[in-house]
Amino acid sequence: MHEDQKTLEPSESVNMTDAATPAKTSESATPKMTARHVDVFYGDKQAINDVSIDVNMDSVTAFIGPSGCGKSTFLRCMNRMNDTIPIARVNGEIKLEGEDIYASKMDVVQLRARVGMVFQKPNPFPKSIYDNIAYGPRIHGLATGKEDLDEIVESSLQRAGLWGEVKDRLQDSGTALSGGQQQRLCIARAIAVDPEVILMDEPCSALDPIATAKIEELIHELRGKYAIVIVTHNMQQAARVSQKTAFFHLGTLVEYGDTTDIFTNPREEKTRDYITGRYG
Amino acid sequence: MNSGTEHTVKAFDSDINELRGMVAEIGGRSEQAIAKAMRALEKSDLDLAAEVVREDKLIDDLEKRIDELTFQTIALRAPMADDLRELIATFKISGVVERIGDYAKNIAKRVPLVTQTHRLRPISLLPSMSKIASELVRDSLDAFARRDAELAMEVNRRDQIVDDFYNSIFRAVITHMIENPKEIGEAAHLLFIAKNLERIGDHATNVAEMVYFAATGEPMPERTRGENPTTPLDEALEDEID
Repeated sequence: MHEDQKTLEPSESVNMTDAATPAKTSESATPKMTARHVDVFYGDKQAINDVSIDVNMDSVTAFIGPSGCGKSTFLRCMNRMNDTIPIARVNGEIKLEGEDIYASKMDVVQLRARVGMVFQKPNPFPKSIYDNIAYGPRIHGLATGKEDLDEIVESSLQRAGLWGEVKDRLQDSGTALSGGQQQRLCIARAIAVDPEVILMDEPCSALDPIATAKIEELIHELRGKYAIVIVTHNMQQAARVSQKTAFFHLGTLVEYGDTTDIFTNPREEKTRDYITGRYG
Repeated sequence: MNSGTEHTVKAFDSDINELRGMVAEIGGRSEQAIAKAMRALEKSDLDLAAEVVREDKLIDDLEKRIDELTFQTIALRAPMADDLRELIATFKISGVVERIGDYAKNIAKRVPLVTQTHRLRPISLLPSMSKIASELVRDSLDAFARRDAELAMEVNRRDQIVDDFYNSIFRAVITHMIENPKEIGEAAHLLFIAKNLERIGDHATNVAEMVYFAATGEPMPERTRGENPTTPLDEALEDEID
């Protein structure tokens, strides 16, 4: 849409008055997803105001900000989860590998396989552990036979670091697992359909510190294989797992840059006030 | 550093304020130690010199308390951004200022050894040199209290004056030694004292560099840092002082 888009250096703050300036994380990497001038309305209320951001393959991107700042709303735009809310309206452009995800020809089911999501509360299907993983590959026709499906289930559970714990009880119900295991099961389920991007909305907020550490370790291991975006209220977590951090406030993207810079030397006073605990 | 807005968790502010208070105190005490040591030297006041040596213990204790509280605050409050930078700076500054106290103590310890030295001409430069060195200490700590990056840079520029003094005294003392071989021992003590003051100036610049980092998040630009004077004797002097 804008031919003359300038690029920002990492850690450079986002000038909201210059709408043609997207927050770009890295010069070299081609972004996996790009958002330009995204506005989101719930009825008359504007929840997101002109957000432009790039998400890269090689880094975990954390969205932080106070409650109601729009970080989850924005995350949900990235695989059109907001479509399920009748009064939600999205303007602007979000592209996955250069393809407009809001184009009318975009198959939303296919999109959500390519851009998977993990939620705050673990939500395994009330089915066996095996079927939780196998469900996606089955409906997307990714497996050619039983053997193939078995392999997808095993490799997905392996990647989610859960295989060792559940391999002898694949027929047990997914809901019988502990909270942390359920969350890793949900990540395995997202991985099973071979996504390109994984969106995580507060994936650890219902978990104890050990289960949280396991998820964080998993995020670290998955980095590079998938573009990962995580929304978190826990700033220490954002600092631990991400390489890029975006700070949202009142529906705008205030600052986007290297996580190290955001947490040691933020450019914007609002960012500083938030991360140092002076907010509001 | 911060613009003065309070943290939502008030206990965090009280920790930070307590630390700032202690940094101001350790700074004040080390400045005072320099002044007292130099007065003791000028007046050959052995009691005052002994007092400086005794009071150095207070500076050492303060350093320990600052380090403990900084460590505790980092562990318990998980500070970020300017808070983190300030706490790291506090931790390093307390060590540097304690060292400044040691140099003052070292000067005081030499007072009994140079009572006969008043005839030595180079000694007349020492009070002016110590005045500037101690101003640098004061200004670097003022810069910390006010988070004044500009003043910090200014301290680093002014360290050159202390270095110039040192170079003059060094040459004068060497000349004196050559002309008066019998007084080499006492003249050497004067040289050590000058070296101590020169090191105090250097440490003030170390404080200033931490202040600059805490205030701006960037390392101080190289060009404002002065070159340290180095003569063949300097390394040997350094060892003696340590």
